[in-house]
Amino acid sequence: MNSVNRFSCDFCDHVQTFYATRRRESLPAAGDQKPAQYKMKVALFIPCFVDQLMPDVGLDTVRVLRRLGFEIDFPNEQTCCGQPAFNSGYWNDARPLAERFVRVFRSADTVVCPSGSCTTMVRNFYPELLSGTALRDEAVQLGKRMFEFSEFLVKVARRTDVGATFPHRVAYHDACHALRELRLKQEPREILRHVRGLELVEMQYSEDCCGFGGTFATKFNMISAAMGEAKTASAAAVHADYLTSTDPSCLLHIDGILRRQNSPVRTLHLANILARTEIASECTPQAAASENAR
Amino acid sequence: MRKAAEEFLRDAATKSADLAHRQIIRQGIDKYNEAFERGRARFFNWEAARQRCSEIKWEAVNHLDRYLVEFEERVKARGGHVFWAENAEEARAYITDLARRRGIRTIVKSKSMVAEEIHLARALEKEGIKVYETDLGEFIVQLRNEPPYHIVTPAMHLTRADISALFKEKLGGIDTEDPPELVAAARRWLRQTFFAAEMGISGVNFLVADSGMIAITTNEGNADLGMSLPRIHVALAGIEKVIPRLEDLAILWPVLATAGTGQPITCYNSLIGGPRGLNETDGPDEFHVILLDNGRSELLADAEQREVLHCIRCGACLNACPVFRSVGGHTYGTTYQGPIGSVLTPHLRGLDEFQHLSYASSLCGACTDACPVKIDLHHHLLHNRRNAVNEAHRPWTERIGFTLWRWMTMSAGRFALGGSIGRATLRGVYALGLESTVLDPLRPWTKVRAAPHIPSKSFRALWRKGIGTN
Repeated sequence: MNSVNRFSCDFCDHVQTFYATRRRESLPAAGDQKPAQYKMKVALFIPCFVDQLMPDVGLDTVRVLRRLGFEIDFPNEQTCCGQPAFNSGYWNDARPLAERFVRVFRSADTVVCPSGSCTTMVRNFYPELLSGTALRDEAVQLGKRMFEFSEFLVKVARRTDVGATFPHRVAYHDACHALRELRLKQEPREILRHVRGLELVEMQYSEDCCGFGGTFATKFNMISAAMGEAKTASAAAVHADYLTSTDPSCLLHIDGILRRQNSPVRTLHLANILARTEIASECTPQAAASENAR
Repeated sequence: MRKAAEEFLRDAATKSADLAHRQIIRQGIDKYNEAFERGRARFFNWEAARQRCSEIKWEAVNHLDRYLVEFEERVKARGGHVFWAENAEEARAYITDLARRRGIRTIVKSKSMVAEEIHLARALEKEGIKVYETDLGEFIVQLRNEPPYHIVTPAMHLTRADISALFKEKLGGIDTEDPPELVAAARRWLRQTFFAAEMGISGVNFLVADSGMIAITTNEGNADLGMSLPRIHVALAGIEKVIPRLEDLAILWPVLATAGTGQPITCYNSLIGGPRGLNETDGPDEFHVILLDNGRSELLADAEQREVLHCIRCGACLNACPVFRSVGGHTYGTTYQGPIGSVLTPHLRGLDEFQHLSYASSLCGACTDACPVKIDLHHHLLHNRRNAVNEAHRPWTERIGFTLWRWMTMSAGRFALGGSIGRATLRGVYALGLESTVLDPLRPWTKVRAAPHIPSKSFRALWRKGIGTN
């Protein structure tokens, strides 16, 4: 629980500064009846595999944030946070990527990322990876300004109701990095509870790893699949229509297992659900993707 | 690929697909989780208890030189013997030599992971000495000629029916699936061996420095019988088992019991500090403690991973580990299984041969949360991986792969172009219906899963055109 305390202090600082700024800026000018439109600018980090394989997650993140009045900046120079190399032990290959990431996002006040795993990489692992380099302290500061999507909504934007409608039975899978590195357990659930029509169901073993684990998923694919099957069994047992999570990587893996099993359960990233404002007849990732690709 | 890694991959694939195995382990661990939650609720503040235990072990491990010598002096003052074994061979030689000199024929052994680590039973049996395991779980796996499946519950993988069939075959005269009757049968059988044994061997849960005593914890009282009936008692401990003070047990005992089995306190907790004294009624004539190093002082020298020596062998990380639950304890091919085994074994038996265990993890961190002495287990797996790369134990193909990956990702242009080519290739392959075949570039992924839907455009391309974001 240490890490919670450690970070919550930083959050408090951050949130306080943020609100102080917001109060100042949103105060209506004397005689003006309409409140000034406040637009906070957030930089978006879209993880490399989301950029290439799940663009709908990025698009829906943008939709939700824009709907809440945030101005989005997508620094074009971004690529990858370096986690694949770091987790495989190739720290010397991951380090230049980390330094590059710090430089790309150096001027951003706030960075939002629709992945708990990449946020963990920056906040929890960059300090160790970059220890002894010139950018280490800057990386520590960046880690405090970077937020996982649901974490940003609840802790920074203070919006648990984002005006979404999704009339389905949904189970939330606790992605490991969000849960155990960022200590996010209630935040995504709190947001889901505020989605109109959505019935949030709790799976048994929702905190168990789904078995993705980066290169683990291919190096030890049999173990990974066994873990994934345990997860899909839990989702099926509570008759969930959809399985959602904060991490697209878990969902990419779980979705592959579900479809191989011909399961009726579908996966959607939290942002995909929150982007839906009215009842859609068909909400499959494929439909969402093709809709986005249009 | 190294032999150990090959065997691991093969056995892991078999066990992961074994649904009966998965079911047995799931049930066992569900029961543990329930008991553990109850046990944890008894603590006023479990997190504070973890913190305290971690601090006690930190103090001990960072002052091993002082506390071990203090322990040794006190044991010797009471007439006990202390032997410092640098490696497994020295420890084995000391015990077999002692047994030979005293003409020992029969030994009763209570649970000791260090005895497994140094392959003691095999060495003694070569000398023609009979070694009987007296912990019920160990007794069962010994009858099956198997190593322990789990460091705390060695027969976790067996059902009541398996044990019933085993006892029927090996002990004879019993045919029941009733647990109390099965236990009674083992008890009757073991009681005879206790009376016949001339030497008792046990493990150690804690070496208490300030009182010069060993602390042993069991649920069956077998260790207590094993150190009071035979003439000679030999206790085996890794050097990291030392703790500074007797009063530290006030927190370590309940935490060990809770993390290990969910009990408030284990049934039998004994302290013994030497052979039977002048006015004492029981205890052995001879008392030997073996302090085993076997790679531990090298781990002690590693400031980054030194805290791995805090481990109190409670097994909580094994129970929490989804990989352990999938592949089972025997697949590891090591004395210590699960996360602690994956972290520790490279230090005891070489990184080159056992690096694969550090890669066989999704780094989910459940072990770190479960550890009662707060060892940062999953981060140490990362450290082992980094060390494996830095010491060139990884395949050259992987090396080249990551060099290429770095070159690609160090430029947004190259990344976008590479991504487009990759996606176009995959779309082509899947359009031709070649998913999961040898021509599928994602075959290691699609072998066990349906291929992902490959979009025609990346996020950055859509963003640039302002598509689909409003």
